[in-house]
Amino acid sequence: MIHPETSAAELRIAPEEIVPFRFNDLLAIEPLHADEITFLLDQAKPFQEIQRHPLKKLATLRGKTVGIAFFEASTRTRISFTTAASRLGADAMQLQAEASSLQKGESLLDTVRTLDAMKPDCIVMRHSSSGAADFVARHLEIPVLNAGDGTHEHPTQALLDALTIRDRLGHLDGWNVTIIGDILHSRVARSNIHLLSRFGCRITLCGPPMWVPQELEHLSACGEPVRRVTRVEEALDGADIVIVLRVQQERLHEPKLPLDEYVMRYQLTPERLTLARPGALVLHPGPMIRGLEIDPAVADGPQSCVLEQVTNGLAVRMALLFLLIGHAGEDVSAAKESI
Amino acid sequence: MLLIKGGRLVDPASGTDAPRDILIDGERIAAVEAPGKIGKRNGDVQEFEAAGLIVAPGFIDMHCHLREPGGENSETIETGTRAAARGGFTAVCPMPNTRPVHDNASVTRSIFERAQNAQTRVWPIGAASIGSKGEALAEIAAMQKAGVVAVSDDGHPIATAKLLRQVMDYCRSLGMPVIDHCEDTSLAAGAAMREGPSSIRTGIRGMPAAAETIGVGRDIQIAELTGCHFHVAHLSARGSLEMVRAAKKKGLAVSCEVTPHHFTMIDEEVGYDTHRKMNPPLGSREDRAALIEGLADGTVDAIATDHAPHEPATKEVEFDRAPFGITGFETALGLALELVRAKKIGLARMVELFTTGPARVLGKQRKIAAGEPADLTVFSTEHPWTFRAAESASKSRNTPFDGREFRGGPMATIVAGRVVYRR
Repeated sequence: MIHPETSAAELRIAPEEIVPFRFNDLLAIEPLHADEITFLLDQAKPFQEIQRHPLKKLATLRGKTVGIAFFEASTRTRISFTTAASRLGADAMQLQAEASSLQKGESLLDTVRTLDAMKPDCIVMRHSSSGAADFVARHLEIPVLNAGDGTHEHPTQALLDALTIRDRLGHLDGWNVTIIGDILHSRVARSNIHLLSRFGCRITLCGPPMWVPQELEHLSACGEPVRRVTRVEEALDGADIVIVLRVQQERLHEPKLPLDEYVMRYQLTPERLTLARPGALVLHPGPMIRGLEIDPAVADGPQSCVLEQVTNGLAVRMALLFLLIGHAGEDVSAAKESI
Repeated sequence: MLLIKGGRLVDPASGTDAPRDILIDGERIAAVEAPGKIGKRNGDVQEFEAAGLIVAPGFIDMHCHLREPGGENSETIETGTRAAARGGFTAVCPMPNTRPVHDNASVTRSIFERAQNAQTRVWPIGAASIGSKGEALAEIAAMQKAGVVAVSDDGHPIATAKLLRQVMDYCRSLGMPVIDHCEDTSLAAGAAMREGPSSIRTGIRGMPAAAETIGVGRDIQIAELTGCHFHVAHLSARGSLEMVRAAKKKGLAVSCEVTPHHFTMIDEEVGYDTHRKMNPPLGSREDRAALIEGLADGTVDAIATDHAPHEPATKEVEFDRAPFGITGFETALGLALELVRAKKIGLARMVELFTTGPARVLGKQRKIAAGEPADLTVFSTEHPWTFRAAESASKSRNTPFDGREFRGGPMATIVAGRVVYRR
């Protein structure tokens, strides 16, 4: 029985057992080694248990504040981080772009410096510009957790996907992974390619050719290059894991694609899914548009991991907040002792 | 009078590469002789010891932004030309994208008035179309009469082939080059760097090299149609260079310039550093190799900095929101000397790219002989120094080369007989 006041020690994640995480921030998957990713996923395990418990609030980060600065519309990721902070006992300080002074012409740097002056213990940020989290991290001392920057990376999404895969399939090594959709504009795809290729997964990308440019082949971290396939049937052949991306109809600068053709050529249907290995996993980062990129029967079918992904998102984000803030706290106490 | 003693004269105009003493009297060169051969003169003769240094005709930067009028927070003609003088330049050509746009002779005259305190000569470039909007021809002949040396809608390509044809027809009759920022704006829209593996990795929207080559191709064809001299601004892609090479072979009046940043850096180095964001963006490794080859083989006519100052706050933003452009005056020669040191180009060729090359494009003379204007650049190929952005004479600090260590650089800049900079 886990008590609401359960401490980190009781959760078997005593600080002294934590391998020092070499980053102050979590900005991207790309710089992480496989063992560091494994470490992060292991850290999430006890937090998965908490999600199943009737009383979910811990006191681990009581008195800490998490700044949640979203400069781009988001509901689910914001709620996930806010809930993760609150279940750790931390307070969430919300900044909403719509309501913020950015609308009045204030620069991003001035906005986050203002937020920083309210002394949060870390900032979780989402922004429509690639590199925005990196930029803020260079200017702030406190940890920055990237909740999605433009079309660059969405590291917590890739971690929660990996946790989901590991739970269902036992490990991450060497799977055939097929990602379908607008890869070019997808930060989820980039983070997933970086993460899964670290474990020797063979990545196949599939989508309308203008969304799957040749340069993506160089993203793989393992020896095998990322494969690009035009026909979805070929891409699904032998897949162990299928990641379906949302079709982002709101993309700027882009000529519109006829959606009916997208559905015809790329929608993940039950028939097409039979081409994958039996029991292949279907993941979707959400929000999901049924009847566009995915057939409702697949979305609700036994191979779909969509809701587990959401629950695991909480665990991964709790683990990261604990690690980044808890770790920073240790540094402070160590510094105090040395005085 | 000023006697520059014991230097090695490198003068592409006369093909000289030999020790020479140079005597300057007032604004002009009075004598050029073998060491010790200049006889005693009446009056006060100051001596400049140039032993171990190169003496060259005054460097010209045919592409820069001095931001005046309208952008005085980031640069003025005075601060910009001070930085140019520190970079060894004796003449600079400011682009017309000021506020107001330099599209009529009254702006030309105002620029010359403001240039009273300039450290270098200022040879302005006027707009090709009114407001650089690409709709109607600017007052090109009037601007030329007032002192403009070329026209360009820099920052924007000249909008349509039809307008470009008009501009070129007109400029051909005036004997003036048309300089174009070559770009297909539909391919470049929203892009902040070159498209390629690096843009895919960082998620920064990229523009393909074709955004530039399509523009160069269009412009060369209109140049052929009209017979006008067409000059490609800040050429960055291998494909563009190949087209210029072919056009030259065909005998067309086509020339081009390359910036120090494009022959030094590549797209892989961009990261999210807004000091590495400029338009055209840094190209691929192959592009850089092709540009260096073009600098060596004569396809490229000039090294031009595209000095584009921006006040710090404008660059301290998200990468895609930052303005394009970096400063360049003070690091140009140091970077070019890196190519010489790496034996990619010869020293005399480098001097040509800073002097007779751009002079020829602009219809100017650059040579060192008795009676010529005393514009000289004295530089070292050995002197070790470190560029510090904080010590720059420019009002702006947007350079990727802060802290870079150089071997060789400007030692003295002489404009009309006056030493405007001395290290």
